[in-house]
Amino acid sequence: MRVLIPSPLRSYTASAATVDGLGATLGELSVDLDRRYPGMRFRIIDEQGQLRPHIRFFVNGVQTRSLASPLAEADEVMIVCALSGG
Amino acid sequence: MVQAKSPRSRGVTLLIATKKGLWQMQSDATRRSWRLSGPQFLGHVVHHAVADPRDRKTMLAAARTGHLGPTIFRSSDRGRTWREAKQAPAYREGSGRVVDHTFWLTPGHPSMPGVWYAGTSPQGLFRSDDGGTTWRGVDGFNEHPQRKAWCGNDQDGTPDGPTLHSVLVDPRDPYHLYIAMSSGGVFESSDGGEDWRPLNRGVRANFLPQPDPEYGHDPHCVRIHPMLPDRLYQQNHCGIYRLDRPAERWQDIGATMPKSVGDIGFPMVLHPRDPDTLWIFPMDGSDVWPRVSPGGKPAVYRSVNAGKTWQRHATGLPSAQAWLTVKRQAMTADSGDPVGVFFGTTSGEVWGSRDEGRTWKCLAAHLPHIYAVEAA
Repeated sequence: MRVLIPSPLRSYTASAATVDGLGATLGELSVDLDRRYPGMRFRIIDEQGQLRPHIRFFVNGVQTRSLASPLAEADEVMIVCALSGG
Repeated sequence: MVQAKSPRSRGVTLLIATKKGLWQMQSDATRRSWRLSGPQFLGHVVHHAVADPRDRKTMLAAARTGHLGPTIFRSSDRGRTWREAKQAPAYREGSGRVVDHTFWLTPGHPSMPGVWYAGTSPQGLFRSDDGGTTWRGVDGFNEHPQRKAWCGNDQDGTPDGPTLHSVLVDPRDPYHLYIAMSSGGVFESSDGGEDWRPLNRGVRANFLPQPDPEYGHDPHCVRIHPMLPDRLYQQNHCGIYRLDRPAERWQDIGATMPKSVGDIGFPMVLHPRDPDTLWIFPMDGSDVWPRVSPGGKPAVYRSVNAGKTWQRHATGLPSAQAWLTVKRQAMTADSGDPVGVFFGTTSGEVWGSRDEGRTWKCLAAHLPHIYAVEAA
């Protein structure tokens, strides 16, 4: 599926704003992205498996907070860095 | 035979960790001329950046951004290029705890090349055995049955979060460690971190109902003297202290500070060779704790007799209306003779003295909020 990468994470994707990813859920997709781009997952998901406070996922334009959310091959996933302030 | 250059013939490098990235300053051999370079990691919150004295080429930087979680960057060429750690400090899955940021970095004992320690917020202790590439929790502390009693809840602590800092390694014994926590107090391990015990007797905690508790204190910065490792000094939330082991009770050495200045501050720096000489940067701890230079008149105070008396040194510093704040990692000394002393402010200035603190010069300004200054 197509994954839109925000600028703070593009150091992991060689500046690519859009990458491919695989997974039946958001959690699986995050593991696949970390396999392709090592280190990315821990920057957006903490060691207890929770989204970090200023990270959001949108699937086909709809926000979801659950890493168990199912995904389909044709979905578009957008990772958003939001509202960190300071 | 090629002889290694002494630190003085190479000049001094300062690693300046800020809220918005990492800068370096390099001096000439006389330390009169300085060149500022950077930023690296622009936009990252860099809490600490430290050079490895064991190989003089490795550097680690603890960073996160406003959005992204914490990580460690490692350089093996004195900061020219950096690679991210493969496994940053993180609590055990299922523990319910989350590392917000790595606050403190300490190279391990010279007999253990590649070993580093990291202190985090909320309070946790981590260790790397491969020069900072992968990190694991020091379970003897992080999983200690008393840890929560010592540290309080992860939400408690200073405005930037409760911190574990001042990780100290006894130069005579790689298994003899000290740590300090704000809050929590000073703790000691004699078995490489397998077990810990409080070491706070004699230190006031006048913000607690019981003024002389076993733990729960707020050490701001603790230092061990490299040439006399039985001597520790501590700048605390409640004064300045010295401990000469094997004694267990800290001695109050802040009472001789001028009452108008007080004995509150965050950083503390030791002379690299003379165990009796140290520097502090007093800040206003009155009423609501402004944490700025008392009266807007910044000064460094030096003791040359292990804290019996203190001398004010302000030559070159602004004489009025200068409300400087210096964080606990943001003051350091080099190994020169005379020793160079340096500090960075939250208002983005770097100040330096090349005569052991007697006179001061502003070396850089307009940097972001400075968290840490370390000499390399």
